[in-house]
Amino acid sequence: MSWHLLASPARFMRYSERIRPWASALALGAIAIGLYQGLFASPADYQQGDTVRIMYVHVPSAWMALFCYTAMAVSSAGYLVWKQPLAEIAARATAPIGACFTALALATGSLWGKPMWGTWWVWDARLTSVLVLLFLYLGYMALADAFDDPVKGGKAASILALVGFVNVPIVKFSVDWWNTLHQPVSVARMDGPTIDPAMLAPLLIMAAGFTLYYVALVIVRMQALVLERRVRALQQVAAGA
Amino acid sequence: MTARLAVEGLACVRGERRVFERVDFALGAGEALVLTGPNGAGKSSLLRTLAGLIEPAAGRIAWDGADVAEDPEAFRAQVQAVFHADAVKPVLTVAQNLRFWARLRGGDDARVGRALERLGLARLADVPGGVLSAGQRRRLALARLLAAPAALWLMDEPAVTLDRDAVAALGAAIADHRAGGGLVVVATHGDIALADAHRLDLGAARGAA
Amino acid sequence: MIGTFAAIVGRDVTLAVRRGGDAATVVAFFVVVVTLFPFGVGPEPNLLARIAPGVLWVAALLAATLSLDRVFRADLEDGSLELLALAPCPLVVTVLAKVLAHWLTTGLPLLLAAPVLAILLNLPWDGFEALIGALALGTPSLSLIGAVGAALTLGVRRAGVLVALLVLPLAVPVLTFGVAAIEAALTGQTAAPHLMILSGFLLGALALAPWAAAAAVRLALD
Repeated sequence: MSWHLLASPARFMRYSERIRPWASALALGAIAIGLYQGLFASPADYQQGDTVRIMYVHVPSAWMALFCYTAMAVSSAGYLVWKQPLAEIAARATAPIGACFTALALATGSLWGKPMWGTWWVWDARLTSVLVLLFLYLGYMALADAFDDPVKGGKAASILALVGFVNVPIVKFSVDWWNTLHQPVSVARMDGPTIDPAMLAPLLIMAAGFTLYYVALVIVRMQALVLERRVRALQQVAAGA
Repeated sequence: MTARLAVEGLACVRGERRVFERVDFALGAGEALVLTGPNGAGKSSLLRTLAGLIEPAAGRIAWDGADVAEDPEAFRAQVQAVFHADAVKPVLTVAQNLRFWARLRGGDDARVGRALERLGLARLADVPGGVLSAGQRRRLALARLLAAPAALWLMDEPAVTLDRDAVAALGAAIADHRAGGGLVVVATHGDIALADAHRLDLGAARGAA
Repeated sequence: MIGTFAAIVGRDVTLAVRRGGDAATVVAFFVVVVTLFPFGVGPEPNLLARIAPGVLWVAALLAATLSLDRVFRADLEDGSLELLALAPCPLVVTVLAKVLAHWLTTGLPLLLAAPVLAILLNLPWDGFEALIGALALGTPSLSLIGAVGAALTLGVRRAGVLVALLVLPLAVPVLTFGVAAIEAALTGQTAAPHLMILSGFLLGALALAPWAAAAAVRLALD
């Protein structure tokens, strides 16, 4: 009764279980160090003051938002080309994590916007394209869950992830264009032309911490999805036998 | 006789469930295969796999010795299928419905006319599809087989809702098709007569789950 | 193959016309949505002229999106789609034919209705040419992207809202440049670069969307 889905996932379950504690511990450590460095040890910005410290959460979140979408698209392509069910499970496990990072990037961007621009939200090119990215994540998740058969949902969502991936740079390009059309340089740029090394170090540590956190979380979610499919397979076999 | 259609080790997976596996058979020109088995044994799945709608989980399908996966369009040109749904558009007339499907496969109006005649639909040619009874719709679906040439007919319970005359007409059409070298694979509960057909019992062929 | 293509386009257009009012419903929706705006923002002519390009585009986008469900679904439900997939021509050609039929029965009527609505919204004459050009280049892209969304949701029972959720974010670039073309013309600049980008987008969608939609249709039939 073990069918194609159960063959390679069995090995995945074994190895992932070994990686998970390490990734979790390292993520916790990196985020703790990064937050301490960012919030207390690093200098305040000469213009923005302490407000700049939002950057240590905001910028890595925005990076992770793009990273997760890329990971999702690559996994989806891997699934459609090589029919490796784990690739689809990886993509599906990544989606909500990516969506949360995207939402975090938007929320922190908005928090940063209040002291900087005097308003919670401006239709800044970056915020707007990240907002569209969030919609793409939500669409992926809605489509993947809309099917009775998770395998079919996974295939449909994989196609959508690839279509979205092609579209993301075009959206970015059009939003940049649209923004210059509507908002001539009235807003302060979020990042200065250069960044102080004392700020860069905590930023990179935070980025590493977020990435490790993603690894730990995606493993947990993938394990849950594999188990869920296994239960489903057993139920189907029970019904069909 | 050399096999035109050869199936080796075919397996089908739906969801996480194996519907059938290790299905082998070969059909030569003029031969027919009857699929039997209880509900859920995979008769429809096998027909849809043969048609190329379902990708086989394992095994190969060969037409005239060549794997059909290599040139699916060329193989599709050889295949006509009647599945459960009749694909009749209510707002088009009977003749318009049939003419569209015939055109997709190189059938002409004369052939469409003969097909309607043969299944007793000539009188209804200009009636919209929406007013047909279930049996008449089924006849129209079967008329597609006659309206354009194809070597292999795939049929899923073709006689459902047909009256006795229509079943006889269908039996005669299949016999003619086979006499002309055509092949037939049909899932049926034995309501149509097929002379010396091969049989495949999917209930028995199915591996222990 | 050209015969097959023409046969499918002809059939889909005939079906849309016979069913009576598929195209008319889309246009009616477009008109109603546009006429809601003066009620929402007030009848001040300058304000209406200012928002007219955006309102027309957003309404056209919504109208095109809401009509997507019929591209494949009726054919899936009555078994026609599997027979179309069994026809001896590549499924991509079939998909492209259905997209063209969708555009002829929605994009084209929207294109014809838009100038009339532009008059109601007090859009200055300078913008009309760009409005028609942008809609002519943009609505086929919407049909192409929309077909992907429609095909992907074929296996879902209540797909209406989901299709909109999938398709609308993907349509942001079309909307952006479609509106930008009209606004450029209104401010005395040339709309040409925006129209070129819309053409580029259309070509890209033409090259990629039918393949994605065909893969999704195969999936729905599996």
